[in-house]
Amino acid sequence: MSNTTPSLRSPLGRVRGLGSAKDGTHHWWAQRVTAIAMIPLMLWFVASIVSLAGAPLPAVQAWIASPISAVLLLSLIVAVFHHAQLGLQVVIEDYVHAEGVKLVLLLAVKGAAWLFGGIAAFSVLKIAFGG
Amino acid sequence: MAEFSLPANSKVQPGKSWPAPAGAKRTKNFKIYRWDPDGSGNPTVDTYTVDLDNCAPMVLDALIKIKNEVDSTLTFRRSCREGVCGSCAMNIDGSNTLACTKAIDDVKGDVHIYPLPHMPVVKDLVPDLSQAYAQLRSVEPWLKSETPPPDRERLQSPEERAKLDGLWECILCFSCSTSCPSYWWNGDRYLGPAVLLQAYRWIADSRDEATGERLDNLEDPFRLYRCHTIMNCTKTCPKGLNPAKAIGEIKKLMVARK
Repeated sequence: MSNTTPSLRSPLGRVRGLGSAKDGTHHWWAQRVTAIAMIPLMLWFVASIVSLAGAPLPAVQAWIASPISAVLLLSLIVAVFHHAQLGLQVVIEDYVHAEGVKLVLLLAVKGAAWLFGGIAAFSVLKIAFGG
Repeated sequence: MAEFSLPANSKVQPGKSWPAPAGAKRTKNFKIYRWDPDGSGNPTVDTYTVDLDNCAPMVLDALIKIKNEVDSTLTFRRSCREGVCGSCAMNIDGSNTLACTKAIDDVKGDVHIYPLPHMPVVKDLVPDLSQAYAQLRSVEPWLKSETPPPDRERLQSPEERAKLDGLWECILCFSCSTSCPSYWWNGDRYLGPAVLLQAYRWIADSRDEATGERLDNLEDPFRLYRCHTIMNCTKTCPKGLNPAKAIGEIKKLMVARK
């Protein structure tokens, strides 16, 4: 790093770089949509859990297996994990500037969101269909 | 990784002190960042004690007084001394502003003066703005129209003209861009609030015919979407403008054209 000749490329050449990615709007919009979706879903989820406090296992399983609860739970799981990985992607892009580390971290975040979101969704489906 | 501490050769050390003239009754300390590219030392903070009874009211007046009467090596940019040219933007009392419109009395205690944050320093309070100027050039801040020009002015309705209010007043001092953490970490790819406000000034202009092309050029995870609505830009703007709102308007147009 310290012994290489500094780039003699013009400032405008460096700023234009590889050009615009023509992308980013979908990411930004998806983050807002999932955030808005989480407001009613979270309120419903917390209220449901509170009302189920102390209920026996079969009652909770029956609640999860009901069509409305199952679909809303799946929606909440998708919104939470999609929103989380979108947000963490931005944090990593902001602060991690070593390309290799950045790529590994981005893949790890996406993989973890897919894995844990998948486990959560599968669990709901298993109770719903296996009940 | 992002740099959270200064490199060893940038650590700021205590510098020289220049006392007030004998007999001064009302004095104030100006603690000013000094760095000389011709020397080999680290940056220092020099303390200049100024006689306020013998100094005009603005911070720039004190800087000029110090340069004229105490230490001619103190280096800073200034021109119009009335908030129109944008030359004397610097970090005063912890926030970016124009030295010429910042009153000394508005600062409690000592007056700390540093160059605009996170830019390469040319000398003392003079930052290197080459990259910011190239970014401004990259958004092509001029009218683009394919319709043959009329024999008179290009007309706008009063409503269309009103959309440029809050945009045309920007004097390109770059106080906002250099106050933005996103610009600090990713200034090589993020355009920053000053340049995005200028980009929106032409997007919002009813006489311009290149709106879509301008949006194409900005639609990028870094150029535009590194803005996380931190709002430092709007808080610091010495002209009272709202770059964060201009960026929000660009984001709205990006969604509107989907």
